[in-house]
Amino acid sequence: MAYSGDKIGRGGAVPHSREVIQVKDLVKNYGDFQAVKGISFTVKRGEIFGLIGPNGAGKTTTIRILSTLLKVSGGSVNIYGNDVATEPEKIRHIISYLPEDAGAYKNLTGREYLKFMASFFDGGEEMVDKGMEIADLGDRIDDKVDAYSKGMKRRLLVGRAMMIDPKVAILDEPTSGLDVINAQEVRHIIKDYARAGTTVLLSSHNMLEVDFLCDRIALIDDGRIVEEGTPSTLKERYKANNIEEVFTRVVK
Amino acid sequence: MSLKSIIKKEVKELLTPEAIVPVMVIAIVFAAMGNFMGGIEDELEEKPLIALINLDAGEHGRLVSTILEENADIIYNGTDVDEAIKIVKEEGGSAILEVPGDFSTNIENNVTGTINIVWIMKGVGVMDSIPSAKIDNLIQSINLGISAELIQRENDLDPVHVLYPTGREETILFKDREIEGVSPGTLSGMLSAQSVMVPIVTMILIMMAGGIIISSMGMEKEDKTLETLLTLPVKRESIVTGKVVGAAVIGLIMAGIYMLGFGYYMRSFRVGEVNLAERGLALGMLDYALVGLSLFGALLAGLALSLVLGTYAEDYKSAQSYLFPVTALALIPMFVFMFMDLGSMPVALRGAMLAIPFSHPIIAMRSLMFDDYLLVIGGIIYTFVFSGVMIFFAVRIFNSDRLITGRMTKKDGLLEKLTK
Ligand SMILES: Nc1ncnc2c1ncn2[C@@H]1O[C@H](COP(=O)(O)OP(=O)(O)O)[C@@H](O)[C@H]1O
Ligand SMILES: [Mg+2]
Repeated sequence: MAYSGDKIGRGGAVPHSREVIQVKDLVKNYGDFQAVKGISFTVKRGEIFGLIGPNGAGKTTTIRILSTLLKVSGGSVNIYGNDVATEPEKIRHIISYLPEDAGAYKNLTGREYLKFMASFFDGGEEMVDKGMEIADLGDRIDDKVDAYSKGMKRRLLVGRAMMIDPKVAILDEPTSGLDVINAQEVRHIIKDYARAGTTVLLSSHNMLEVDFLCDRIALIDDGRIVEEGTPSTLKERYKANNIEEVFTRVVK
Repeated sequence: MSLKSIIKKEVKELLTPEAIVPVMVIAIVFAAMGNFMGGIEDELEEKPLIALINLDAGEHGRLVSTILEENADIIYNGTDVDEAIKIVKEEGGSAILEVPGDFSTNIENNVTGTINIVWIMKGVGVMDSIPSAKIDNLIQSINLGISAELIQRENDLDPVHVLYPTGREETILFKDREIEGVSPGTLSGMLSAQSVMVPIVTMILIMMAGGIIISSMGMEKEDKTLETLLTLPVKRESIVTGKVVGAAVIGLIMAGIYMLGFGYYMRSFRVGEVNLAERGLALGMLDYALVGLSLFGALLAGLALSLVLGTYAEDYKSAQSYLFPVTALALIPMFVFMFMDLGSMPVALRGAMLAIPFSHPIIAMRSLMFDDYLLVIGGIIYTFVFSGVMIFFAVRIFNSDRLITGRMTKKDGLLEKLTK
């Protein structure tokens, strides 16, 4: 509970470099199967970094390792100076993780859910208010989560993830499965937060949304990073109209 | 702070009308069953098995023999009490009736003719007092018969004595214990109510609370709320403890509802409790506290075991199948102890029963009536150690990949091994 939800808490232990996430030669094995085959990337402070690739590429696996859920099989991950293998508790104080396709406790109301989550960060009313503001569910915030649509659920969860003012937000496919309007809203929330200083690492298999959303991306395929750069440089490099074309040219 | 909110969340999330309504229905069924049990005793037609020791050659003694020969199966008719007890025990009989030599003389002299009864009780089950009820009726008949004879002929006896010429002195032999002055109906009423209640409450409590925790795990996995929880700044130990305590709270609330139903159910058995207390068979406050502690230990063990099993659940539906081992482990002791006591079991079965933590409240209840504290306290310690070990495993699983990756890794590994 060392982390305070206040803005003042931001940037306390920033390392000298602006690279707040450093992933080096990361490997993850599930039994005999190697899902992540030695990937490296860095994310700068305040950046929106996208892991972009098709289903099964290893995005979720990578993200779960960064979120302290899975152990590394090889290589290293460092977030704000903390090694994920040896100091997961410290990392848990500064990150906010949104699982792919996540839900919330069905029998709680949206407000109760936010309160529950805020209690882990010693965040009082303020934090909950902020979460409700981001989720923007109006009166429905006092309905049971079970009665929410997919879009409402996602907004609640994004609200939850952002209300704690994390140093790093790790979002696994934050827009997948949403309709255009909801997806757009979620993208805007993410953008706004990054502008306010939160570093965002997200994944997406939707290669068309990343132009707008991400400052920098890594294209990931079959457990390997196959390209990396800003969307515009990549498009130039491959003379492509969009990232989808870049990807198909890279993996060809 | 966060532990408290986890517990609160668990209770809120899981204590739903859907969870409570079935509990209430079952509680009501039990209450109704209590009424039904009250009537069952009158029903049986079979003749009771008894031994008769008739030392009275007088007129009244002969009448006793006649009535008993007609209405009971006399498996021993002689003069040796020890032999009679042995035979009745062997043959599964119910009682030894002894008519003393001065029976007739006493009745003729205004003194109550005493019939001595030694009841052999084999168990404390609900059905065990039925033969004794029938023998009670026979003794009523004997009293009536002698009374009728006395009235028919001219006599100058005391009128009250003429109406009640016989009396009885009874002793119960049960579990190597002699209990004087209590009728089997009273004893078995009390004991069976208790020995039926504890196993059923244990079973229900374990199954309820186990189901709650396993479902909770299934739901958390389905909604990925567990994944979120595991990335929060909260100790794994707190998450595990929160789940166990949360489910325990709900389990106790549900058990409370059951107990209300049971209270009603048990009223039909509560006759002559005072008598039992005098015989040192009723449980004192300390005994009840020990049974409660034992029940709590079993509950904790069940919850911790369920939590470990729940980590295998992938979603709400698959969670239900992981409840099966818990259900089985809760049901088996209940049924086994319905028929047998620890002492009369084969060694292997006894070992198995002692190893199942859910046996211990049942064992405790029975042992306490006969002041076997060592077994009870040992059992309590065992359930707590068992819980501790399970919680240790749960925390380890919560610290490992498996909680997130589920069985997938294992399944793949196994599949690969099989296909290679
Ligand atoms: N628990 C697991 N056990 C075995 N293999 C897994 C497990 N989880 C994921 N995989 C495999 O690892 C690869 C990467 O999966 P994932 O990281 O979920 O990809 P993405 O999120 O990019 O779709 C896939 O081939 C997937 O089948
Ligand atoms: Mg994924």
